[in-house]
Amino acid sequence: MSGPTNPPANGADEAGPFAFTKANAALAEEIVGRYPEDREASAVMPLLDLAQRQNGGWLPPPAVAYVADYLGMPHIRVYEVVTFYSMFNLKPVGRNQVKVCTTTPCWLCGSAEVLDACRETLGIDLDETSEDGEFTLTEVECIGACVNAPVIQINDDYYEDLDGARTAALLDLLKKGEKPKPGSQTGRQCSAPVKGLATLISSGKMKGREGD
Amino acid sequence: MPKLTIDGVEVEVEPGITVLQACETAGVEIPRFCYHERLSIAGNCRMCLVEMEKSPKPVASCAMPVADGMVILTHSEMAVKARRGVMEFLLINHPLDCPICDQGGECDLQDQALFYGFDRTRFEEPKRSVEEKDFGPLIQTFMTRCIHCTRCVRFATEIAGVEELGLTGRGEDVEIDTYVEKALGSELSGNMIDLCPVGALTSKPYAFTARSWELGKTESVDALDAVGSAIRVDSRDGEVMRILPRLNEAVNEEWISDKTRFAYDGLRRQRLDRPYVRRDGKLEEASWDEAFAAIAGQLEDAPGQRIAAIAGDLADCESMLALKDLMAALGSANTDCRQDGARIEAGRRAGYIFNTTIAGIEQADACLLIGTNARFEAPLINARLRKRYLAGGFSVGFVGPEVDLTYRAERLGAGPKTLGEIAEGEHPFARVLDHASHPMLIIGQGALARPDGAQVLATARAIAEETGMIADGWNGFNVLHLAAARVGGLDIGFVPGEGGLDVAAILEAASSGGLDAVYLLGADEIDMAGLADTFVIYQGHNGDAGAEAADVILPGAAYTEKDATYVNTEGRVQYTRLAVFPPGEAREDWKIVRALSGVLGQTLAYDDIGALRARMAEVNRIFAAPDEAQPAEWGAFGTPGEMDPAPFAYPVENFYMTDPITRASVTMAKCTELARSVNKDKTGTDG
Repeated sequence: MSGPTNPPANGADEAGPFAFTKANAALAEEIVGRYPEDREASAVMPLLDLAQRQNGGWLPPPAVAYVADYLGMPHIRVYEVVTFYSMFNLKPVGRNQVKVCTTTPCWLCGSAEVLDACRETLGIDLDETSEDGEFTLTEVECIGACVNAPVIQINDDYYEDLDGARTAALLDLLKKGEKPKPGSQTGRQCSAPVKGLATLISSGKMKGREGD
Repeated sequence: MPKLTIDGVEVEVEPGITVLQACETAGVEIPRFCYHERLSIAGNCRMCLVEMEKSPKPVASCAMPVADGMVILTHSEMAVKARRGVMEFLLINHPLDCPICDQGGECDLQDQALFYGFDRTRFEEPKRSVEEKDFGPLIQTFMTRCIHCTRCVRFATEIAGVEELGLTGRGEDVEIDTYVEKALGSELSGNMIDLCPVGALTSKPYAFTARSWELGKTESVDALDAVGSAIRVDSRDGEVMRILPRLNEAVNEEWISDKTRFAYDGLRRQRLDRPYVRRDGKLEEASWDEAFAAIAGQLEDAPGQRIAAIAGDLADCESMLALKDLMAALGSANTDCRQDGARIEAGRRAGYIFNTTIAGIEQADACLLIGTNARFEAPLINARLRKRYLAGGFSVGFVGPEVDLTYRAERLGAGPKTLGEIAEGEHPFARVLDHASHPMLIIGQGALARPDGAQVLATARAIAEETGMIADGWNGFNVLHLAAARVGGLDIGFVPGEGGLDVAAILEAASSGGLDAVYLLGADEIDMAGLADTFVIYQGHNGDAGAEAADVILPGAAYTEKDATYVNTEGRVQYTRLAVFPPGEAREDWKIVRALSGVLGQTLAYDDIGALRARMAEVNRIFAAPDEAQPAEWGAFGTPGEMDPAPFAYPVENFYMTDPITRASVTMAKCTELARSVNKDKTGTDG
């Protein structure tokens, strides 16, 4: 992976000016209000998220500058935050951001197959956006749902217990403009054991430890 | 006070310090990259790991506060093994390019790798490489060498007050970067080169010109502004190769400004390396004898009052005193060292020095800046003000045009009107000063070098007296000078004597044919048009405005080429030392004046620098006590009266070019060009 690259010096002109919409401005004010006075900078991440959502999933330089000025922070300090977190995008992305977890637990459970299915179904490789602007495919580090591995995240939802076929089906639905049901794709309830309950099977009360 | 055991030795240390500092007081050196005593603690390089009893893991000593009863082992197997591990990781992505790296020979990483490094690598993957950055004409980047200690980021943020550098990305992608690629807008940026523990940030002008072990090192002081920063002049083969800061807690701590550091190429360019005499309107090379003969011929029949002398901004005290004595012997009282026309009197020392002292700023709790942009006029005094500001509880107000001083300062007004209101106690800031326990004011040449300067000075004195700036053990009245020569000139008494002419009167008399000769001792910042019809003797080291107007040029020595005395704005007497010899026929300045005095039949009574310095101490006893800022007695100065309502203007428009040396420097020209273009982008206008 290549490192973060500087926005071009004239990026501001290309991307056009940025400002919060009326509704988002009200929301931003509320968010900043959650933090003590003189600690407004703490609101940097929620505000960047707000700006990113308003701007179709990515942050052009004027949006970064806008948030910095909004909070009275030097631009470089906000840029540091933006480049640190992979959830902030500095380049345009598709409407559906498909993030495939390939960290060890997911990989052990078959994330390679899931990733291949993504590539094939979407016709794009990692860090690419489909021509119609619908999908962006990225690889991410652990997103904290190992118990339902392998997992992919699409925008704000997790899709779990995947394999190649289930992934392809999921993406086909998205392609048709439908929204698949988030969560386990095998019908498992939350993170319950895959092979059915192994403990607390009887409805009776738990017995005390015998023999003491 | 907590007691702890370091390597089996019990030490008692100040509470609140870190284990690393405690080890230092115990005489044990801990290796480090990110830790720096003048910057905030980052704790990210992990090189300072030590073993601490009852801790299962080694601890980063730079970030661990001391506690009573701690048992620290700094060179145990665990500590050394941990550091070896850290070093191996640091070297994973560090290129092995020491032979072509300018830091080689004075590199922290190189030195510490000698003790903790492994002689081969276990890392088989390709090393990462990082794009170079453009940090302007002063700093060369080799970002692949960066070990991400973030010293430069912390320096820019904390000391320089320019939040432009940051650490972007994370993990293997981490880089030191600016947001939008641009040069660093700080007058102190060169210090990052010293701070960088590896060769990631090196000096662009010095690049590949010398190795540290080839250089002769001379401890000296800077003369390019009135701060008098302690410097080390590194030279080789009779040329100054670079200038570095030297520690002086009282003045510059361990920083120097970019002008001090990078203007040295001006010492090699446009030098006056032999005498010149104007014949038929053209300056021609001449011998010393011919030059002196030309002067003697002109002065032979000239009555004393038709001769005048002006000392410039870089003149040293020895040559000023010699010239003053010579002028007195010739019967002239027309001497002046205030070429900018500042209305400062020589008599009352408290009225022209920085009484609070630079270190004293840290005790102040309110400050009024009058007609001074300290950031351009004395970056290190500005850095001290910022340091005080960061410590909290420091209100700063300024009178003058809008300016960014790198700390929060309230603009009180544009000029004398506001100053009058503060003096009358009508302005809200007067109450701020009143309530402060250690108030101070700094008055700059922007307020003094104007026709009503004496009245402005008197008003400032009134403010000082009325707001409690003058108290036992505290003097909050400060004059900020621009020229290294100025305080020394005033101490020597290089001002008009009884019935003598000042600079303005000299220029006027010269243009109306009232003078037979004017002696310019490195004076280049006056209006030379006034001297067109007069015989001009110019003694100096760089060909600038003065040399152009001269009829005889006497080649002198720059501040790196002579043992000379300078008095900084605090009134601190300091010595420069000869690092390289003056080029060609050029000579130390006082010797030129002394030799000329012999030719003129007025031989001065000192034959060596010892005798001259004894004479200086006789003229003013402060010269007997070098390196100290001596308290000056308070008293009346300035002339109370009506002030001109015209607003103050800052005297230094271009920080990088203020004297003949910096105007001859290519590096300073590049900085000037860049500053102009940045300014243009910002305001849409030039300048």
